[in-house]
Amino acid sequence: MTRPRFDIPTLLGTRLGQLLTGIVSVGVGIAIWELLSRRTNPVFLPSPWLTLMSVGELWQDGILWQSVAASSARILTGWSLGVVIGIPLGILMGHFKLVRHLLDPYIEFFRFIPPIAFVTLAVIWLGPGEASKVALILYTTIFIVMLNVIAGVLSVSELRLRAAASLGAGRLSSLLTVVVPSTVPYMVTGSRIAMGNSFLTIVSAEIVAAQQGLGSLIWTSRNYGRTEWVFVGIIILGALGFLFDRIVRLVARRLLRRYGVAV
Amino acid sequence: MSGAARDQPPASGAPGAEIRLDRVAVELGGHTVVADIDLVIASGELVCLLGPSGCGKSTLLNVIAGFLPVSAGSARVGGRPVHGPGLDRGVVFQSAEALFPWLTARQNVEYGPRRRGIPAAARTAAATRFLNMVGLRHVVDRFPDALSGGMRQRVQIARVLVNQPPVVLMDEPFGALDAQTRAVMQAELVRIWQATRPTILFITHDIAEAILLADRIVTMTAGPDARLKTIAPVELPRPRDLLDPAAVALYRRLRDDIGAEVTKTLRAQGLESEAGP
Repeated sequence: MTRPRFDIPTLLGTRLGQLLTGIVSVGVGIAIWELLSRRTNPVFLPSPWLTLMSVGELWQDGILWQSVAASSARILTGWSLGVVIGIPLGILMGHFKLVRHLLDPYIEFFRFIPPIAFVTLAVIWLGPGEASKVALILYTTIFIVMLNVIAGVLSVSELRLRAAASLGAGRLSSLLTVVVPSTVPYMVTGSRIAMGNSFLTIVSAEIVAAQQGLGSLIWTSRNYGRTEWVFVGIIILGALGFLFDRIVRLVARRLLRRYGVAV
Repeated sequence: MSGAARDQPPASGAPGAEIRLDRVAVELGGHTVVADIDLVIASGELVCLLGPSGCGKSTLLNVIAGFLPVSAGSARVGGRPVHGPGLDRGVVFQSAEALFPWLTARQNVEYGPRRRGIPAAARTAAATRFLNMVGLRHVVDRFPDALSGGMRQRVQIARVLVNQPPVVLMDEPFGALDAQTRAVMQAELVRIWQATRPTILFITHDIAEAILLADRIVTMTAGPDARLKTIAPVELPRPRDLLDPAAVALYRRLRDDIGAEVTKTLRAQGLESEAGP
C-alpha cells in the first residue's frame, strides 16, 4: 500500500517531474527529426547534427550574434515603446468615455490590419533603416496592449471604486490609486501577447527590408541553398521568444505579484 | 410607523451626525426599488436595518453613502443633502474585495488620511492606533490575501474609523464570517462604537445580530417597491443576552414580521407551496 507510486499525476506533481517530462518530449522530437532526415537529403531536411554544426559555423562568422543582436534590439525598442505608449492610452480610453469613443473607430479599423501589410509603407515613409522596423513592432504592440488595458479598466471592481470614493478619493485620485493598480495584470498579459506577435512582425519586416537580423538570415540562406541555416534561424527565433517571455514573466512575478499578476 | 422615527430625539453632544431620509424613493432600470422612506437616525445612534435579501436594504445604504441618487425625496447627513460619496460617511462593505490587495493592512488604513494630505508620520501613527483598536497590531504589514476573513473586515473597519467619520455605514460586514468570528466581531463593534460614538447604520439579515447590536431595529417590506415596516427600539441593557426573555420575545416578533414578507414575496413568485411548512 505504501510503496512509491510512479503514475502520471505523481510525476507531474513536482517541478523536477515536469522538467524531465519536457526534456523527454524534446528528445523524442529531435529523434524523430533525425530519423526523418536520414531518409532524405540535407537540402530538403538537414539533420539535427548538421543544424548544430551550422550554429557553430554561423557563430564563428559572427553572423549569428549579429542577427540575434539586430532582431532583439528592434523587438525590444519597438515593444518597449509600444508598451510605454499603449498603457497610458489604454487607461485613458478605458476611463474616459469620450476618449474611448474618439479613438474607437481607429482601433476597430487598424486591429484587423496585420503589420506585414504596412512593411512597404514603413519603408517608404521611414526609410530602409532601423526606424521602419521599430515602427512596425511598435504598431504590433500598441494595439494589443491598448485592447488589453481597456478591458482591464472596464473590469475594475465597482466596489473598490466606491470604497476609494467614500475614503475621499476624487476622480483623478481614483484613476491613479485604484484603476491603474487594478489593471496591472492586464498590462502584463497584453505585453506578453505583444511580445509573441513582435516576433511574427520582425521576421516579415526583415525578410522584406533588412541586411541583418534573423528574418534576413532565414531569407538569404535561400540564395546559398543552405537549408540548415534556415533551421538555425527558426530555432534561434523560438529560443529567443521563449527567453524573452520568461524574462517578462519573471520580472512581472517578482515586481508585480501584489497587483494580482499570476503568470 | 415612520412618524415614530421622526419623533426620536437626537442625542446631544455626540460626535456622530444625524441621518435624515425624507420620502426617499429609488428607481433602478425603470423599477421602483424602495419608496416613501422616512427615517431619522439620531446622532450617535446604532440602527440595524433588517430584512431578507432583495428588499432594498443595500439600496438605502447606497443612497446615504452617495453611491446612488434618489429618484424622489431627500437624503441628508448632518443637515446637508447627500451629493456623492464623502469622508463624512465611512462605508464597510460585506466583501473584503473592497480592500486594496496591493496595499498592506497599514497602507489600506492610511488610504483616507493620505487623500486628505496628512503628513506621512501622522498618518502612520493614526493608522497604527486604529489597527491596534481593532486588534491587528501584529499583522499591520501583511497584505489582505495573507489575512483571515475576520482580520480583513477589521482592516475595513479601521480604514473607515481612522477618518473619524460622523457616520459609519455597514453593509452586512460580518455576513461572510463564520459564527464564532462573527460573535467576536459583534462584541468588538459595540465596544468601538461605545468608545467613539459615530452614528451607525448596520445592515443585516440576521435577527440575532440586530438584537445584539442595535439601539433600534428597522425592518422593510418585501421588494420591489419596498417600504419601512417596523421600527422597534431595543431596550435591553448592554452587553446583551440573546436568551433574555425580552430578547427572545423581540426575536419572535421580528421573525414573524420578516417571515410574513418572505412568504409574500414567494407567493408573488408563485412558489407558495414551497414556502409552506
